[in-house]
Amino acid sequence: MGNPVRGGGVERSAYTTVFGSLDHFDKGAVELINDDARHYAFSNVFDVASKSKPWEKVAVAKNFEYVLEAIRAEGQSAWRTAAHDEFALCMDGTVTVELVKLETSPLPADAEGSIALEGEPTGARMGVIQLTRGHQALLPAGAAYRFTASSPSVLLQQTITGPDTQQRWAEICQTN
Amino acid sequence: MTATDIPVNQSTEPNAEGYHEFSLGEFHFRRDEYFAYIGWPTGNHIMSVDAFLRALQRDVAWDFFYGIVNFDGVFGTVNHYGTVDIFAGRYNDSYRKAELDYSENLETPSIRQTFKSILSDWTNESFDPFASPHETGAPFGIKSGSNDAAVTRRRVAAKRIVSAPGDEEIRTDENGFPINRMFLDVDQSEPVIEAEPGFESEVVAFNLFAYLSRSDVTWNPSVVSACKDSLFCPTTEEYILPIIHGNDRVEWFVQLSDEITWEVEDRDTGAVRSRVLMKAGDVAAMPADIRHQGYSPKRSMLLVWENNSSKVPELIASGQAPTYPVEF
Repeated sequence: MGNPVRGGGVERSAYTTVFGSLDHFDKGAVELINDDARHYAFSNVFDVASKSKPWEKVAVAKNFEYVLEAIRAEGQSAWRTAAHDEFALCMDGTVTVELVKLETSPLPADAEGSIALEGEPTGARMGVIQLTRGHQALLPAGAAYRFTASSPSVLLQQTITGPDTQQRWAEICQTN
Repeated sequence: MTATDIPVNQSTEPNAEGYHEFSLGEFHFRRDEYFAYIGWPTGNHIMSVDAFLRALQRDVAWDFFYGIVNFDGVFGTVNHYGTVDIFAGRYNDSYRKAELDYSENLETPSIRQTFKSILSDWTNESFDPFASPHETGAPFGIKSGSNDAAVTRRRVAAKRIVSAPGDEEIRTDENGFPINRMFLDVDQSEPVIEAEPGFESEVVAFNLFAYLSRSDVTWNPSVVSACKDSLFCPTTEEYILPIIHGNDRVEWFVQLSDEITWEVEDRDTGAVRSRVLMKAGDVAAMPADIRHQGYSPKRSMLLVWENNSSKVPELIASGQAPTYPVEF
């Protein structure tokens, strides 16, 4: 039996929300009528992460200097930092975020993008966040952060293009 | 000048159906039981009042958004971020060839206040223009009450990230955001956060998917995180995007759940260019020279990602930057 609704129709009694994962994702596509598929830079974050090495920062969206990176989270990342806020959205799995307030940032205040740090960061421990699918965390400006994932997981990072951002558009995007 | 000081040109008396008529520049607006009628010096146009109010609601809520808000293939607005063009036929090949297209440039406060007044006067108690068709009554009929609580919802725009102290709150039953009927299976657990004393305002995270599952509106992007001018503007989508959005910059979509089909047309002529089917995890750019309309068969979660820099439209319009995001 369905449920009568205000609009006058009848809808299902229950719905299933479809999320993607590393183990199961189903890609759509650009159906071209009079255009070039490359203009849409169409890809899939799970497809990209499934073919990436752990912690590679692969751009899946770019708008001038800004970028969204698909990251295969597996094991433990290096410590990283940026001079601006970044954000990590967990798209699949479970990821722990450790945060340390750097005593001295190696970056000038106007630097863009994140860099890897050598060794352990020096500074006060800020805290720990446990992310699962759908959770989004702030990676605050001037902090060092490190991710840990005991099983393969996927992050989508909102940031600015940096020295470790990988741009493999021809490899990850629909081209025709 | 406060909003209430901005003059709105509306009829003194309501028409036979109980609705006021409005004028804005040389444009004239009236409605009856089923339709909205738009007139201008070189023509006139008719729309279902359902489609008109849904489009008007987005144009008002987004403060004219980025670029062009086409109510349909004839009528719409162009945002110049301080002024707004209101047009008829400007992005319609037939109107332009027949030289029947018309547009006027108006100060943003003037058009904003008039559009808000139309929305308030023409929306009946039974209708919520933000809701999906299953969630609301019909907009039709003679004047019957009003629904200002629905049409004046506060625009959500996090300054840093939702849930940070002093920023936008997460949504809960207690603050009036129950889980939507189509997202009852979405996990509601919040991240486990262990903040050291003194760092509570910076060790911050929230459940974005739960937040979206509790959205009470459709097709209404709102900011949840900001990395300088990079804005995460997720939204929940069901049925049809009530406007056809014409881009003045590249914007990106990340499909977070379920699926949406986008019909993509040339921004200026309406000629069909592609159809984009996006499933969970898919990422696609919408080039800066297209217009698009989305179709979501089940309520879905869409991350709209915008570059809010005021420099971008001019760089693209002047040809200094391409209309598509990356070269490969």
